[in-house]
Amino acid sequence: MTTTTTTTESPIPNTAVRAVRRLGTGAPVYALLVVLLAALAITDPGFYEPDSFLAFVKRAAPLVILAAGQYLVIVSGGFDLSVGAVVTAGVVAGAEFYGSYPDAHWLLVTAGLLVAGAVVGLANGLITTRLRVPSFITTLGMMLILEGAVFYWTGGSPQGVLPQSFREFGRGTAGGWLPWAVPACVVVGAAAVWLMRSDFGRTLLATGDSERAANLAGVRVPRVRTLAFVLSGAAAALAAVLVAGFSGVSAQAGRGLEFEAITAVVLGGVLLGGGRGSVVAAMVGAFSLQALFTLLNLQGISGALESTVQGVIVIAAVGLGATGRPGLNRPRRHRSQPSGGTSS
Amino acid sequence: MTAVPSGSAAPVATHRPHALGRVRLGDPVVAVWLAALAVTLVGWIVVVMDGGEFMTRSTVTGILQNSVALGLVAVGQSVVILTGSLDLSVAYLVSLGTLVAAEMMESGSVLTAVLAVLALSAAVGLANGLIVTGLKVNAFIATLGMAFILRGYIEDTYTGPAGHVPASFRRLGYDRIGFVPVSVLLLLAVAVVAWLITRRTRVGHHMYATGGDEHAARLSGVRTGRTVVLAHVLCSLCVGAAALFLAARLGAGAPWAGTDARYDLESIAAVVLGGTALAGGRGGVTGTLGGVLVLSVLDSIFNQLSVDPFFKNVVRGVVIIAAVALYARPRSDRAAGRPRRAGRGRVKPGGAPGLPGQEQSA
Amino acid sequence: MLTMSSVSKSFLGARVLHGVSLDLEPGEVHALVGENGAGKSTLMKVLAGEYTPDEGTITLDGTPRAFSHPVQAQAAGIALIHQEFALLPHRTVAENVFLGREPVRRGLVDRRAMERRTAELLAELDETGIDPRMQVRELSVARQQTVEIVKALAASDVRVLVMDEPTAPLADHEVELLYALVRRLAARGIGILYISHRLREVFDLSRRITVLKDGRKVAALTTAETTPDEVVRAMVGRELRSYYPPRAEPGEIGEPLLTVTDAGNERLTGIGLTLRAGEITGVAGLQGSGRTSLVRALFGAAPFTHGRMTVTGRTLLPGSPRQAIRGGIALVTEDRKAEGLALRQSVRDNALLVTRAVSGVGTREVGGLLERVALRSRGQGQEVRYLSGGNQQKVVIAKWLAARPRVLLFDEPTRGVDVGAKSAIHTLVRELAREGLAVLIVSSELPELIGMSDRILVMADGALVGELPAGAAEEDVMRLATGDTAGPYEGSAA
Repeated sequence: MTTTTTTTESPIPNTAVRAVRRLGTGAPVYALLVVLLAALAITDPGFYEPDSFLAFVKRAAPLVILAAGQYLVIVSGGFDLSVGAVVTAGVVAGAEFYGSYPDAHWLLVTAGLLVAGAVVGLANGLITTRLRVPSFITTLGMMLILEGAVFYWTGGSPQGVLPQSFREFGRGTAGGWLPWAVPACVVVGAAAVWLMRSDFGRTLLATGDSERAANLAGVRVPRVRTLAFVLSGAAAALAAVLVAGFSGVSAQAGRGLEFEAITAVVLGGVLLGGGRGSVVAAMVGAFSLQALFTLLNLQGISGALESTVQGVIVIAAVGLGATGRPGLNRPRRHRSQPSGGTSS
Repeated sequence: MTAVPSGSAAPVATHRPHALGRVRLGDPVVAVWLAALAVTLVGWIVVVMDGGEFMTRSTVTGILQNSVALGLVAVGQSVVILTGSLDLSVAYLVSLGTLVAAEMMESGSVLTAVLAVLALSAAVGLANGLIVTGLKVNAFIATLGMAFILRGYIEDTYTGPAGHVPASFRRLGYDRIGFVPVSVLLLLAVAVVAWLITRRTRVGHHMYATGGDEHAARLSGVRTGRTVVLAHVLCSLCVGAAALFLAARLGAGAPWAGTDARYDLESIAAVVLGGTALAGGRGGVTGTLGGVLVLSVLDSIFNQLSVDPFFKNVVRGVVIIAAVALYARPRSDRAAGRPRRAGRGRVKPGGAPGLPGQEQSA
Repeated sequence: MLTMSSVSKSFLGARVLHGVSLDLEPGEVHALVGENGAGKSTLMKVLAGEYTPDEGTITLDGTPRAFSHPVQAQAAGIALIHQEFALLPHRTVAENVFLGREPVRRGLVDRRAMERRTAELLAELDETGIDPRMQVRELSVARQQTVEIVKALAASDVRVLVMDEPTAPLADHEVELLYALVRRLAARGIGILYISHRLREVFDLSRRITVLKDGRKVAALTTAETTPDEVVRAMVGRELRSYYPPRAEPGEIGEPLLTVTDAGNERLTGIGLTLRAGEITGVAGLQGSGRTSLVRALFGAAPFTHGRMTVTGRTLLPGSPRQAIRGGIALVTEDRKAEGLALRQSVRDNALLVTRAVSGVGTREVGGLLERVALRSRGQGQEVRYLSGGNQQKVVIAKWLAARPRVLLFDEPTRGVDVGAKSAIHTLVRELAREGLAVLIVSSELPELIGMSDRILVMADGALVGELPAGAAEEDVMRLATGDTAGPYEGSAA
């Protein structure tokens, strides 16, 4: 029972080196965030007052949570374009529900919305994996369906008032100083990190990398990918509760959030197509995006031009990130030879 | 689509699995036109049973009229998608196009306005193409960024409708010959040109090749970068035409002209409905027109039945998902005859630079 | 006609070619052989303009040439047929043949001219079964290869045709057709550089043989004056004997772990076999005989539709890989990169993939397993795509060992693996059998199959057609596999 003698070289001892390497996948986004936060400090010396900084985190929270959910779907090889519609639908549905049952407990309504979001995600996942509809189309259709359904139900102008107790989560504070959104964000972040380190997370990444290999290794690919959609739907519902809290009822509540979430994830260096990227970097991408919005506001750039600058920065950030990673805009292509010498 | 009616040059073909003349029901292009026909017939019956009238001159005119704007955008979108890219900036380009057209027509001549809109469109398309090929930014992100850029400019510059379109140009939006709106001729002309370019020119062949397998195309000497850029320019020119039509229709420019109708996502839906693969390399303009027709016939039926406008969106969503699910079904007729071989040496499945999803599960 | 002299090439500081020289005459088939990683493909890509050489010159018809793009090499008359075809499956034959140089008339592509010219080229090669208007995906692999060659011929006045392992994707009956095609091309005065590691082909076709090893030219031989043994010696740099670990002693073979009776599906009929603990069973057969279908059916990836199967005493006809894994079966697939690994994930994540996916199965102690398979990597965190083929295969094996299987199936266990890793894998497989696993090996390399197996099952047309004892002669295996008439055997080494 002798074994062959050559052994694995010992793992790199220097943990700092490993930490840097681990950050490597999302490195540009950390630099981007630092630059934006520094710029914010220069523009507004009061930005780092606890109150205003926490207010910033509170505003960022929905996008951060959406980005975490979107990350799960993207890393498994799909898209979720329905999250913005889930947010809108969640806000409107909550208001309508309170219109009929004004005395419902806020916890019950919140839980109900989370389940509803998960059900939407389940539908997305099942259609994508079982009927083999590309997720881009599935979730696009879902977006049309949800928006149509909500407005059909509300006759076009959502009515109803959300009670204070329900809105407390999005606008209120714990102990008078800590916005509830901040612990929500931290909890989601911690849960996402834990999830990606768990068996499910590692399996999800492997599935996004190679569905065939995962299937042959016993992974229940449809189930794993569907679960990613379910979590994304639930995350969107949670974001809806926060948005409902601080913005109130609006038919535009979630419009465009799906693209902002995808932008955040891509800013975080996550590979569209799946199999690569860190959830922390994706969430940092969301913070960066929010920091950018805040900075533009402070700079007195009109709310309108904000999106122009956003567009330029997103293209530039991804463009710079792409130069070192030729694989970014193509699906994986397995080549055994190094491509160093190829011209063109 | 694939048919060439020449009889001379063919060598002794021992077997030809799919006779070129025969109609293939499995072909998405045929399928989508049949679906358009079926939707029309079913809608007709339902509307008549409901006590209304369908297939009257006015409804037909309405259907055609409603197809024009989405049709123009979707034709452009087909060109980029089959080249393996994607354009999410079309909706804002439509809005900006109507504004530029109406403002320039108010102050200057119609001709300069038309040229200005087309020049603007070409410039946006060029920028999109260069960002995708030069900066190597994923097309999804690149054109989304462009959409943000255009949106910011529009919202910063305009607060509401602007400019004025003279009566002479508004005729493009309202005149008709018999029951056929003039604007439909514009759509057909644009579609024919797009069809000719994609199907009959070298660069069109290169678009299919680039979308099908960029690496293989490059090895064969195709300049894939230039091809992608040109596809983006063509797409944006089609979008410019849509903007001109909408300006004629609205009589003014409107910041919401493109975004309220969701031309970005609707055009992609029409393209996919028409059987063009999101991954690129397959499909074309003919199918897209069928997809557009399905969507506007559905719209017209719902109008006749006075269905809640929001409910229409629900049905649209369902139709789009269902159609693509049908296309995605494994084709038993193809799979059966041919033993599958393991990976080596086979032609590779196409890649999608725009949408690198990997959802053709094992 | 063509001379390459002292060509060198490095990638990222690693020297892949050391001053290799080569010449080629018109109408000559010149074979280029060597182990995987010997530098054959790199040399040919330098010739075809895909790589620019660091040193050395290329002279064609007396003129020095320097290519920086494949298109330039093509224009000069040098065409490379890749193992992976650069064809578009959804475009027609004619469109593929003329891709990048479509004839234009009045601004539009002249489809008729394109189809006519394609038909002429096909006719010149006596290829009558291909209609220029068919889509490429409707053709068999062999015909796709013909299209690839026709595409090269249409591109320019081809002087040099490089064929990289052209028989690799072909079924055995298609190989003869390829031989005929190669001879016809040579008869037209085209010089052919033929890369292969299958010596039978090399001796059938070539006039001269150049052997590469570790990026150096180690032998230039005239085919008529040499022997396969001499070529093999030059390739591996040592004698090939005693290459395989000793077989099982009779006492080491234990109870049956997997039994199949009368099973089948659309590719397989009447399959009955028994795999025993401690025994390595080899499965031989021509390509397309159902070897791969068999292991995939046993593993539930392309399940049996009927039949009975027991695994470690329990009845189980696996309907999915997951069921098979739970039953204690593991499959090392033939296509490692597409099916065996998640290439962007780390060594550790790949090694744990099965354990994580199938709860209640296997171990998480991968460190010991990676040591056991003698993996050479820069730690468990390294992404597997940066590993060599041999080390990648070791990760795949570690992944399955982590699942603690009782039955281990190998489809082409050493494909794309260098010599050193190859013998390590052979030793490992034998050890695993000795520890009580039942092992089944499918290999198209007969020497490997015969060297490793304690008995050999032979397949043809989706059925098991015979069984041979350990150490059977290649001729006997081939006789069964081909139904008597001796077919081309596949490779004698490497």
